[in-house]
This record gives sequence, C-alpha cells and structure tokens, in this order.
Amino acid sequence: MKKLALIAVIFIGIILFWAVEDMPAFGDPDAPANQYTAKMYIERTLPDIGIDNIVTAILASYRGFDTLGEVVVIFTAGISVVLLLRRGEDQ
Amino acid sequence: MRENVVIRTVSRISIPFIQLFALYVIVHGASGAGGGFQGGVVFASSFILLLIAFGLTGVRSRISVRGTRILAAIGISIYAGIGLLCILWSGNFLGYAAIESALGIPHLHGILIDLVEAGIGITVMAVMTSIILDFADKEANKS
Repeated sequence: MKKLALIAVIFIGIILFWAVEDMPAFGDPDAPANQYTAKMYIERTLPDIGIDNIVTAILASYRGFDTLGEVVVIFTAGISVVLLLRRGEDQ
Repeated sequence: MRENVVIRTVSRISIPFIQLFALYVIVHGASGAGGGFQGGVVFASSFILLLIAFGLTGVRSRISVRGTRILAAIGISIYAGIGLLCILWSGNFLGYAAIESALGIPHLHGILIDLVEAGIGITVMAVMTSIILDFADKEANKS
C-alpha cells in the first residue's frame, strides 16, 4: 500500500512539473490573471475612492459585502466556541 | 501561577506598546499595509500575553468574558450599520458614495473605510479574546 501511494505521488508530481512549463512567468503583465479586473482596480482606485492602498480599497469598498461575510464567519466561530465550551453554565 | 517578577514586569511594559501598534495597524489600513483583521489579531495577542503572564485570575479582574461577546456584536454592527446608512441615503448596501454625496464632504470614502476597518478590528479582537478565555476556563475547570 505504501509503495502504491509513493508511485501515485511521484506520478502526479511529474504531471504537475510538466504543467509548470506552460504557466506564464511570475509577474508577467500579459498573463491571463492580470488581464481582466487587475488593470481596472489599479487605474480607478485613486479617482474612485481616493485612498492609496489598492488592497484595502478592494477589501472594504469594491468587495465590501464579501468582507462583511468574512467578519460574520469569524463572529459565528467565536459564538460557536462559547456555545460548545460553556454548556450548562449560567452567567 | 508561580510568581515571576521578570515576566510580569516585561509584560506590563510591553502590553501598552503592543496595543498601540495594533491601533496603528487598524488605522493605517487605508493608506498602507494594515487592516482590521491584522490589527485585531495583534490586539488580541496582547491579551494572550496578559493571560500567560498574570494567569486566569489576573485576566478575570481586567477583562470580562461577557464584555468580549458584546464587543464582538458591536464591531459587526458598526460594519453593517454603515452599510445600512448607505441605503438610508438612497445608495446601494455599502455603497459609500451615497453618504459622500449626501453630506457633501469630499474624501469621506477613506474615513468610512477606516470606520469599517475599526469594526472588523473590534470583532476580531473580541472573538480571539473570547476563544482564548473560553479554553483557559475549560482547562482551569478540568484540573
């Protein structure tokens, strides 16, 4: 079983290294990931929002609703820990 | 908890600076590296240091477990409240431009983002502190 797992890992590793050849270079401006919204965010953050930090502009303004969901997830996690660990205590 | 003068003195000196740095990270979110999530965790780490240095009894006299839950709810309410405020001035949910044009103040966007980041920071700080106190209480009750 161990040998089979090793063979599977090596096989998948070879395939992944093979696929790396076709990936765009790191930081390539012509890469597909840099083609769509990235340019728009870089150009429009300062005129739209007026702050310097593009990451914060995306986090809190363009994707504000998404971040609200993230905060709700953290809040829910905290409340769940309270409910699990403090069962039966009244305070 | 065994008395250890060195640990207690060093913690007493460094905790205010950790908290000041956390506030700096939260407020600096709009203009540089930083933000509510990171700052909240740094703030909570000062309470974890307090717990390590002074023990559970020392922390209990300074922080109330009930207070951390209330703070977590307050932080999330600040965030959602600003979003609803935008609806009130006939904009989209979290569309800050509506508040900006309604009040007629330019560059309000950055301030609103800072407020939102502060809300995130309060929630993250309170939740982290609440979790660490819950686990500490659980361990203390077990032994």
